[in-house]
Amino acid sequence: MSEVQNFKVTIDNITIEVPAGTSILNAARMIGGEVTPPAMCYYSKLKESGGKCRTCLVEVSKGSEKDPRPMPKLVASCRTNVMDGMEVKNITSEKVVDARKGIVEMLLINHPLDCPVCDQAGECHLQDLSYEHGTEGTRYDFERRTFEKEDIGPYISLHMTRCILCYRCVFTADELTNKREHGVLERGDHSSISTLLNKSLDNEFIGNIIDVCPVGALTDKTFRFKNRVWFTKPVDVHRDCPTCSGKARAWMRGDEVYRVTARKDQWGEVEEWICNDCRFHKKETTDWVIEGPSKIDRRSVISQGHYVDTKTTQILINNVIGKEPRLLMDIHDVSDVNKPEVELSRIPGPAHSDDFKTTRD
Amino acid sequence: MKLLLEHAHVEGIRYYDTYRKHGGYRAVEKAFKMTPEEIVEEVKKSGLRGRGGAGFPTGMKWSFLAKPEGVPRHLVCNADESEPGTFKDRYLMEFLPHLFVEGLIVSSFALGSNVTYIYIRGEYAWIVDILEQAITEAKNNGWLGKNILGSGFDCEIYVQRGGGAYICGEETALIESLEGKRGNPRIKPPFPAIQGVWMRPTVVNNVETIAAVVPIINNGGDEYAKIGVGKSTGTKLLSVCGNINKPGIYEIDMTCSVEEFIYSDEYCGGIPKGKRLKACIPGGSSVPIVPANLLLKTAKGETRYMNYESLADGGFATGTMMGSGGFIVMDEDQCVVRHTMSLAHFYNHESCGQCSPCREGTGWMYKILKNIEYGKGKMSDIDLLWDIQRRIEGNTICPLGDAAAWPVAAAIRHFRDEFEWHILNPEESQTRNYGLAHYADPIHVATV
Repeated sequence: MSEVQNFKVTIDNITIEVPAGTSILNAARMIGGEVTPPAMCYYSKLKESGGKCRTCLVEVSKGSEKDPRPMPKLVASCRTNVMDGMEVKNITSEKVVDARKGIVEMLLINHPLDCPVCDQAGECHLQDLSYEHGTEGTRYDFERRTFEKEDIGPYISLHMTRCILCYRCVFTADELTNKREHGVLERGDHSSISTLLNKSLDNEFIGNIIDVCPVGALTDKTFRFKNRVWFTKPVDVHRDCPTCSGKARAWMRGDEVYRVTARKDQWGEVEEWICNDCRFHKKETTDWVIEGPSKIDRRSVISQGHYVDTKTTQILINNVIGKEPRLLMDIHDVSDVNKPEVELSRIPGPAHSDDFKTTRD
Repeated sequence: MKLLLEHAHVEGIRYYDTYRKHGGYRAVEKAFKMTPEEIVEEVKKSGLRGRGGAGFPTGMKWSFLAKPEGVPRHLVCNADESEPGTFKDRYLMEFLPHLFVEGLIVSSFALGSNVTYIYIRGEYAWIVDILEQAITEAKNNGWLGKNILGSGFDCEIYVQRGGGAYICGEETALIESLEGKRGNPRIKPPFPAIQGVWMRPTVVNNVETIAAVVPIINNGGDEYAKIGVGKSTGTKLLSVCGNINKPGIYEIDMTCSVEEFIYSDEYCGGIPKGKRLKACIPGGSSVPIVPANLLLKTAKGETRYMNYESLADGGFATGTMMGSGGFIVMDEDQCVVRHTMSLAHFYNHESCGQCSPCREGTGWMYKILKNIEYGKGKMSDIDLLWDIQRRIEGNTICPLGDAAAWPVAAAIRHFRDEFEWHILNPEESQTRNYGLAHYADPIHVATV
């Protein structure tokens, strides 16, 4: 009897049917490509995550088939479920693009931008986000926020200055243990991820908070300054581990294992938690059974250096704007220039602003 | 017209015997002869609007409460009054605790809440004792506890102190804090009416709203609806402060004009030392500030009245909001830039830090305003401020982001020349204020 109802949702002019109860973000992820909003705090494996970073805001231009009113504000797509007949605008909405620019700028105003010395550089979601959705400069000319350095144990280093307070590590610890030892202290712009009284994080699986961290706030001390991410090759490996599944990803250069992380899917989310033992102590090739190179995004900086067997992302821009893009302009600006019925290819010589004016009158 | 503060001057009204002698707990007696649905209907008829700031119709809020079988429901009273300029609930709880408790009993009965909480601001430490005493007195006299008035309805009221955070006045943050967690606002939906305290259906109401239920039950919803104008029914408490002759708490029936309210001897009694009115925030620090000319008259040239609709006339472009009723008056000697800076500092300090636009943006706005106030501003800062507030507003989880953005937006909208003067005269601005300028001049009304 309990047949799952399917809802039809249109995101950026692409229609898809998804089961009821799916969030807009997950529906967009099912489509993939450009229409997927970025997510800095949402993590599909963590129940309470999402809604905080506001980068995934989208415009709902039609609430549902029953109630077609648009939603008055932009909504967090990770925490809003789709309704039947909902129409969502992501990159086709100027409001969304503008709001997202603002949010990226605000996430970066207090970020130290110390990417050259940050171990996360190369696989940092904030780097990707600012590159894809941000502006080229900042208008912030004040001193950036700093924190006192805190030691949270022998394996994990915490750089609070880089943190964007996504709360993922807090929820991960909640998932892994009933006795979470770190959390968010203070409030407002001086709130910080911290343990009370410099306690060392002590849990068999606590290393996973490094993997869920979207920025370089939590990094692996055993890998610290040893190598850059893009010089190492990710290899899927496994071992017989008494505590975890033993399925991991080794980051190798030559025959050396520099770092071990959990396997991540295409959205950068951990597939299976791995234990501290696998992560921090098994740094010999002989510890692991090598399965083969991991698949990574073709555009990732990690794939530089003739790395084969990479994933390619489907390009959907023709579906979004409803036609094949003829010029770069079509892709970058899905607004005014496209509206007049000017066939750019038919204009003799270079296009002039007058060409657009005449057709508008 | 006094409904709530009718007996506020009576000596000993804080104690049960005196309160009872003056007609106290009649509403409970009457309510327990009605069905809960009838009470909700009565409140709906009264047109009572939430007095916490948003002005959402209370009866409608009550009827939204989910009533699943076998799941307890809760009424939570929001006494976390922390908005700068608002102190009406303090007065009500301090001097008329029994009126408040009476309202709570009636509302609990109407909503079927057997366990009702008062979430009170941590700084109101002495009021906790007053409320506890009132609750004990009510209990000793059979108005609370098991089987109230033989109706079979049980009700307990608990007072919970907050830790002193403005954000815990937001209803979902309040619920989190009440549950013993960090006071971060929840992401809505689900709304508290479906999943609130301990994931049970919950109604969160302001102190004044709860107190207003008493006269509604006593006199009937229709009688109550006759007071006031249009959708602004009943009486509203206003806490007046700033440059005014008689600061304090006033109960108005929402029919007097703003001019009358400020200048008449019955209410504020005018501005001290014969100074002139420059600007006013009519509803607590979050609502947009308006210059004198737009406060007394709407953009259409009509007289502005002290009620929800009239104050909001013209939208945010030329109007403001009734808000929580924290009426802050500023005379010609006040500096709008400095005032906006203090508010920005407040919101920066009170942001919970959960979502990025509010966490980062409020601090940024404060730093820029500090620069402008201390003569280090740049002309581009004004546009930057506008851009920041625009990107905070509406993009946050809870209304604190909006509340932080609105005062800045309104100050720039109406007092931009004062900001510019600060930037162009960095040294002079440190020694004297911009003054009244043209803010009290009659507005030019465009003929349509």
